[in-house]
Amino acid sequence: MEIDPFIFRLSIFVLSIFIGYFVVWSVTPSLHTPLMSVTNAISSVIIVGAIVASLAGGNNSNFEISNIFGFFAIFLAAINIFGGFLVTQRMLQMYKKKKKK
Amino acid sequence: MSPNLAAFLYLISGVLFILALRGLSSPETSRQGNLFGILGMIIAIIVTFLIVESFSKGFIYVLIFLSIGGIIGSIIAYKISMTAMPQLVAGFHSLVGLAAVLVATSAFLAPNVFNLGTVGNIKTASLIEMSLGGSIGAITFSGSVIAFLKLQGIMSGSPIVFRGQHMLNGLIGISIVVSIIYLCISQIPQLFWILILISFLVGFLLIIPIGGADMPVVISMLNSYSGWAAAGIGFTLENTALIITGALVGSSGAILSYIMCKGMNRSFFNVILGGFGATDDTAKNIEKRPVKSGNAEDAAFLMKNASSVIIVPGYGMAVAQAQHVLREMVDSLKKNGIKVSYAIHPVAGRMPGHMNVLLAEANVPYDEVFELENINNDFANTDVAFVIGANDVTNPVAKTDPQSPIYGMPILDVEKCKSVLFVKRSLSPGYAGIDNELFYRDNTLMLFADAKKMTENIIKNLD
Repeated sequence: MEIDPFIFRLSIFVLSIFIGYFVVWSVTPSLHTPLMSVTNAISSVIIVGAIVASLAGGNNSNFEISNIFGFFAIFLAAINIFGGFLVTQRMLQMYKKKKKK
Repeated sequence: MSPNLAAFLYLISGVLFILALRGLSSPETSRQGNLFGILGMIIAIIVTFLIVESFSKGFIYVLIFLSIGGIIGSIIAYKISMTAMPQLVAGFHSLVGLAAVLVATSAFLAPNVFNLGTVGNIKTASLIEMSLGGSIGAITFSGSVIAFLKLQGIMSGSPIVFRGQHMLNGLIGISIVVSIIYLCISQIPQLFWILILISFLVGFLLIIPIGGADMPVVISMLNSYSGWAAAGIGFTLENTALIITGALVGSSGAILSYIMCKGMNRSFFNVILGGFGATDDTAKNIEKRPVKSGNAEDAAFLMKNASSVIIVPGYGMAVAQAQHVLREMVDSLKKNGIKVSYAIHPVAGRMPGHMNVLLAEANVPYDEVFELENINNDFANTDVAFVIGANDVTNPVAKTDPQSPIYGMPILDVEKCKSVLFVKRSLSPGYAGIDNELFYRDNTLMLFADAKKMTENIIKNLD
C-alpha cells in the first residue's frame, strides 16, 4: 500500500519542531527580541498561499471573492515581510562589541 | 515549473529559514542569518509565481499590493523607536494572523484552485487543516490587537476580569472544536464563518485579563500561535516551506513563553488565566516605614568612590527613554576608572530581550551586558548597584517569604551589594503589588525622580 503524502508532510512538520526546539535554545538571550521579529518575518511566508489564492482561477474577466481575499492577504504579508526583516536588520546593526583600546 | 522542482526549492527556503534562526546564536553571525532569511523568502515567492504561471492582469495587482505593503512595512521598520518594539511585534503578529484567516477563507471559498475538492465537497483532511489554520489565525489576530492596544497604552494595561470568565472561554473553546467537527461532517459554509467569528472572540477574551508586566509571555505565546496558524495553512496548501516555517516559529514562541514563565516562577496557565494585580490586595496594607532618600549629588558621590558598579535596568528605563543618558553616565564612570556592567533579568521590560535592544541602541557594547545567571554572583563583590526602572526583579522577598506572590522567582541579588541606589518615581509597589523589602534597608538610597532627569543630574555631579 502506498503511503499517504500527508504522512510525509507530518514527518517534516514534527522533525521541524525538533529542529526549532534545538535551534531556538541556542539563541543567546540578548537576541530574543530580534528572534521574535525575524520569526515574525519568516512566518509571513504565508504569502505563498496568498499569491496562489489571488492568481489562480482569475483568468475570467472578473476577480472572484477568493482572489480579493488573496490580494488583501498579500498586502498584509508584504508589510510583515519588509517590516519584519528590515527592523531585525536595524536592531542587529546596533549590537556592537566593546572597542579594543 | 514541475511540482517536484518547486517542492525542492521550497525545501531550500525552509532550510534557509532554519539558518536564519541559527545565526542568532551570536550577534556576530546574526546579520548573516537575517540575510539567509531574506533569501529564503525571495526564493519562496519567486517559486510560487513560477508555479501559478498565470501572468494575467491579476499579476499586476499582486505586484501592486506587494509593493504597497512593502513600502508601508519599510517605513514602519525605519521609523519605529526601539522602545516601541513590543507593540510593533504584537502588531506584526496580528497581520500574520489575519493573513492566515484570509488565505484559509480563500481556500474554503475556492477549494478547486488549491486542489482540495469542490465547494461543498472539500476533502475532510484539508477542511480540518484550513479550519485549524483559520481559527488559530483568528485567535492570533484578535489577541495581538488587544496586546498591541495594551502595550501602546491605548487600552489600560491592568487586567480586565469578570465573573465566569474562565467558564466562558472554556465554552467557546469547546464550541470551536464542535464546530470544526460538525463542519467536516456537514460542509455547511455558515459553520466556517461562525468558527472564524468565535475564534476572533476567544482571542480577544484570552488577552484582556492579562496585565502589562505579563506581556512578555503573551507576546511569545502569540508568536507561537502565528507559527501554528502558518503550519495549518501549510498543510492545506501542501507547502513544505510553510510547514517548516510554521513548526520553527511555533516552537520558538513556545520556548520563549517557557523561558519567560520560568523567569517569573509561574506556570503558563497561571499567567494565561489572569494577572497578579487582579487577585492580590496586599498592596493596600503597606506599612509606613522610614526610607533613606538622597539626591543626584549623593548618588554621584557614592559611585565616584566605588570601584565597581552594576546597572540594573527595567521597564521604567524604557518608559523614561533613559537608555542614552544612562550610557553617558556609565561613560563618565568609566573615565574615573570604575568597572561597570549591566545586569538583565529575563523578564525585564515588555518582551523577551527588550532591555538588550534598548542598551544596544544606546551603543552599549553587548559584552558588557550580562544575563541573570552570569552576573548574580558578582553582586556580593560590587560596591554599588544602580537600579533604574526595575523593582520586583530585585525584591528579596522572593527568597524569604513563601506567602509572597513572587516567592520562588529568580531575582537579581542586588541586596548583596555594599550600597544600592534605587531610581524610582515613588515608593509605590511594583507590578506584583508587593512592597520591596530592599527600599527599607540601611544600605539603600532611594532617588525619587524621573529616571532620565535623575541620571542627567548625576552626570552633572560626576564631572
